[in-house]
Amino acid sequence: MINKNVVIIDYGLGNMFSISQACSKVGLKTTITSDPNIICNSDALILPGVGAFGDAMKSLEQLNLIDTIRDFAKTGKPFLGICLGMQLLFNESEEFGTHKGLGLIEGKIHKFRFTQTEPKCIKIPQIQWNKIYFKIENAWNDTSLSGVENNSFMYFVHSYYAKPHDESLILSYSKYADLEYCSSVKKNNITGIQFHPEKSGELGINIYKNWIIKNK
Amino acid sequence: MYKKNIRIITRLDIKGPNLVKGIHLEGLRVLGKPEDFAKFYYDSGADEIFFQDIVASLYDRNSLKDIIAQTAKNIFIPITVGGGLRTIQDINQVLRSGADKVSINTAGLKNPNFIYDAANKFGSSTIVVAIEAIKQTNGEYHCFIDNGREETGVEVKKWAREVEQLGAGEIIITSVDKEGTKEGLDVELISQISNIVTIPIIVHGGVGSMNDIKIGIEAGADGVAIASLLHYSTYAKFNNSEITEHNEGNLSFLKNKSKNNSLKSITINEIKDFLLDNYISCRK
Repeated sequence: MINKNVVIIDYGLGNMFSISQACSKVGLKTTITSDPNIICNSDALILPGVGAFGDAMKSLEQLNLIDTIRDFAKTGKPFLGICLGMQLLFNESEEFGTHKGLGLIEGKIHKFRFTQTEPKCIKIPQIQWNKIYFKIENAWNDTSLSGVENNSFMYFVHSYYAKPHDESLILSYSKYADLEYCSSVKKNNITGIQFHPEKSGELGINIYKNWIIKNK
Repeated sequence: MYKKNIRIITRLDIKGPNLVKGIHLEGLRVLGKPEDFAKFYYDSGADEIFFQDIVASLYDRNSLKDIIAQTAKNIFIPITVGGGLRTIQDINQVLRSGADKVSINTAGLKNPNFIYDAANKFGSSTIVVAIEAIKQTNGEYHCFIDNGREETGVEVKKWAREVEQLGAGEIIITSVDKEGTKEGLDVELISQISNIVTIPIIVHGGVGSMNDIKIGIEAGADGVAIASLLHYSTYAKFNNSEITEHNEGNLSFLKNKSKNNSLKSITINEIKDFLLDNYISCRK
């Protein structure tokens, strides 16, 4: 058991139950809550999310959580966004009009767009197991991806992807059709993961453990 | 040409607390406990688990919720649950029990706005629409509801287009004609659908060999749901002594320790090796 108090933000959207199951399997104790006080006082924070960007920001706003999350991110304690939770870390998204995000990482969320031939074989959303890879050897040491081999398969479900302004923040890349995109990002204590580690087998769930152990 | 990674999805039909398997969605045989099968498939490299509560519209759902909750503790791949989901609250309960996606058929055909509302509330990627198709004498495929029991008169192609517009994230298409027969997938049905929608398509019904899977993928499937082919290779591994006469479905198959000789025993690993050998990408 790792003695850290990990909070998963409950804002009515998403996969918090499966994240909490995965965490408990690798020895992390989690609390699912939307209470700003509990969030502030946690040792580590997870922002999950499934669904639409605009609705998610609206829910966080209604729960008065936007400043709470921004303040937490400044403390240097581990903060992790999963799937839509990763996308919310950025400035804005073009999902159904333009929406403002948390603005913790410079960059924008774009929709997958492909020139398709008939029959249309590039499916949107991308729902599949896909590979993640690095471009610099040892790039994953001391990160949540330590112990994951290059080109490992992870489970993805998304129609939008993040494009950080500063490419050096990209932790892993993935490829969908001919598009290479950022499948995880790390800026100091803030990590964003586009795929679902909690649904990516034993390899995936260990990411939660390493995220806590290796946070720098 | 771009190569997608095909998903091998194990399909578990549930009746009460038991895993069952029928033919054309009828004549149910009890094969064991769904939790045993799900864990075994997870450990053997399945990409996804699909639970279908096949009599959910007739009975209460408590045993299904228990099965999902039990499974979600030990299985870290996507879990889809279908069968009798009629309201937003039904979906919410199943997701809170540990499912990642839900599959909707009957309620969506009766009220298409339900699909729209569900996709809006939970996100498209959470909503799978199940289509149960039977070929008509005029050659058209029509949608059926209540596990292939009731005809709706709705043409499958038209409905597939419509559910994509309504916000479904995925379609699982069952050929009721082929279901449980192990005669091979309905290729014509699969190509009809894959030519008109851009959301992923899971195909189900009729897989009896590895080559059937390859043919389905070539016809445009993004994932293949497999039941009989794997279940009959698997059921004898578990201790089923707790399953008694009180339980649901036809027990004679398990009780007589019947041998199903029509199928060669097969594993998920063998399926994936075969696909890779045939230049079809998948996770391994």
